[in-house]
Amino acid sequence: MPNSKLTLTNLEFKIENSALPSPVLEVTNIGKAYRNYGSELWRILSWFGLRFKPVHETWTLQNISFSIAPGEAIGVVGQNGAGKSTLLKIITGTLKPSTGSVTVRGKIAAILELGMGFHPDLTGRQNAYHSAGLMGYTSTQIDAVIDQIEAFAEVGEYFDQPVRTYSSGMQMRVAFATVTAYRPEILIVDEALSVGDAYFQHKSFDRIRQFQSEGTSLLFVSHDKGVILSLCDRAILLERGHILKDGSPEETMDYYNALIAEKENSTIRQEKLADGKVQTISGTGEATIEESGLYNSIGEKVELIGVGDPVELRIKIKMYQDIPELVVGYMIRDRLGQPIFGTNTQYLNYSFTSLTSAESFECIFNFVANIGVGSYSLSLALHGTHSHVLANYEWKDNALMFEVINIDKNIFVGTSWLPTEVKVVR
Amino acid sequence: MNQLKAIWAYRYFIISSIKTEFRSRFARSSLGGVWMVLHPLAQVAIYALVLSAVLAAKLPGIDNQYAYAIYLMAGTLGWSLFAEVFGRSLGVFVDNGNLLKKMAFPKIALPLIVTGSALVNNLLLFGAVLVVFGILGHMPTLMLLWLPVLIAVTLALALGLGLALGIINVFMRDIGQIVPIILQFWFWLTPVVYVSTMIPEKYHALLMLNPMSGIVMGYQNILVYNKAPDISTLLYPATIAIVALSLALFMYFRANEEMADAL
Repeated sequence: MPNSKLTLTNLEFKIENSALPSPVLEVTNIGKAYRNYGSELWRILSWFGLRFKPVHETWTLQNISFSIAPGEAIGVVGQNGAGKSTLLKIITGTLKPSTGSVTVRGKIAAILELGMGFHPDLTGRQNAYHSAGLMGYTSTQIDAVIDQIEAFAEVGEYFDQPVRTYSSGMQMRVAFATVTAYRPEILIVDEALSVGDAYFQHKSFDRIRQFQSEGTSLLFVSHDKGVILSLCDRAILLERGHILKDGSPEETMDYYNALIAEKENSTIRQEKLADGKVQTISGTGEATIEESGLYNSIGEKVELIGVGDPVELRIKIKMYQDIPELVVGYMIRDRLGQPIFGTNTQYLNYSFTSLTSAESFECIFNFVANIGVGSYSLSLALHGTHSHVLANYEWKDNALMFEVINIDKNIFVGTSWLPTEVKVVR
Repeated sequence: MNQLKAIWAYRYFIISSIKTEFRSRFARSSLGGVWMVLHPLAQVAIYALVLSAVLAAKLPGIDNQYAYAIYLMAGTLGWSLFAEVFGRSLGVFVDNGNLLKKMAFPKIALPLIVTGSALVNNLLLFGAVLVVFGILGHMPTLMLLWLPVLIAVTLALALGLGLALGIINVFMRDIGQIVPIILQFWFWLTPVVYVSTMIPEKYHALLMLNPMSGIVMGYQNILVYNKAPDISTLLYPATIAIVALSLALFMYFRANEEMADAL
């Protein structure tokens, strides 16, 4: 297939010119092998034409082909070690592919490690000059944008102070302002961008979106489902150096989640084999949680919730003994394990009484997810009433995980969503 | 050709890196740039005072009580340029490994930065040497105009060897350990602190096998004896330098792609 494409290239190019804009990036059948020679001496001799077969070849990427149209935003997802970084390095040109080719039409800028190559003893201004030089610009070209870099970074007088006196956030600001001083044809954005304060994060995203509207293509690399779903037109899933899926962000993320879920299940299975139970569950077992899940307003099971969406938490409970009264509770924790919200049937003035052994029922909590963007976990508990506080029938940490993204609300920060109206009285 | 274009495109980066190196070396010191001159001056003054006044070594053919110091300074000027460029280009790819892995820029810029900053260092040392010569009453002549030729040969030789071994060093890190040791032996195999005529005649040919001998003797001819360098002794180092540099560039093109993999 790549061969037939090659012969057609000239022809296609003409057609594309008249109709569609040609892609800014074309990755054709690339692969990357790390060659291991028995002795490095063989490698050195191989430069001089003495060909030795490498003892061992490790392929970190194989048969990768895709292209990006001008202004398109693409997400690259995959687990650690899937080959994302290698792919990025090949696209930016720090690594050369072992097979295939990469065609770039225009300039690439990468926001990978901001502040890379910054010198602590130089001022922000000098570092801006230096790292723009590293990107291949000349002093006159940098002179033209230095005021704009200074204005965008907003570090004030610090711009002429040595970088060692900066906070890491300030260093980030100068670095971002420098990298994005010129609009590239392709902008690669790594998770690096999640550093820095919210104000600057939004400012940088605004600039990225502005670039996109002017025709820059974006390549996001992230584990963050929210970023991929809300910003990308397309997503590519890498797994063990191959493209497993190239499609709409929803489609690809579903596939990715299924892939992870498959792995998680298998580990649980292994744990069950070892001691018969999953460790995070504790309790005396008079009542147990059979199944639990979060559902949206149309009754679909969800892991991704929009801010302010109504959610239903369904907990299937099975009794193993007669209990006079049962309290069912849940607690939402943020990714650091801090409780965000928790309640139970007793607080809600609902009582389950006279429960009998072998009885099975579902307890449903309906709430509105007025919580901020982020990933959360749910802990579930079955216990006795206040007077029987010692009775802990089952306690399940991390019973459910879910992600909250901001779909239709205005931008806000924090862990709570407080619908706010603004009015000005003058 | 492409590499030349890339170097031209990155000319600003190369110059700015050389400046950065000096800036950062003297940042936070109150004398700042003055240290750039004081360092080589002190180095030369030690040679002049200790070795001549204390040891009172005399050189045949020079009518100056500081003759030995003058001789030493001339040789040191040539040798230090060679040693600095060679020694630093050896580790230049390994030391900048992180940068090479993360940023796409012509790798050849790195040894050029090293060469540029070593050249600036050496010119400062040269300035200091001239000052000391003046104080000691030894006036150099127009033969100084030969110096750029010697500097060019020295740089080509040092860069050629340093680049070639620097590339190998990326894959075989032992090189970075061995070469400094070899460099120390090499110093004593070069007539910097002694005069080549002190070597028995039968070993003379052996001494001249060392390409640095001809170069250092050229420096001494110009700076000590106020003579033009002996072209016949320079042809051999120049040939070696061109061969080394071509070999290094050939290896650079061959290994260019693999280097980022191994860093």
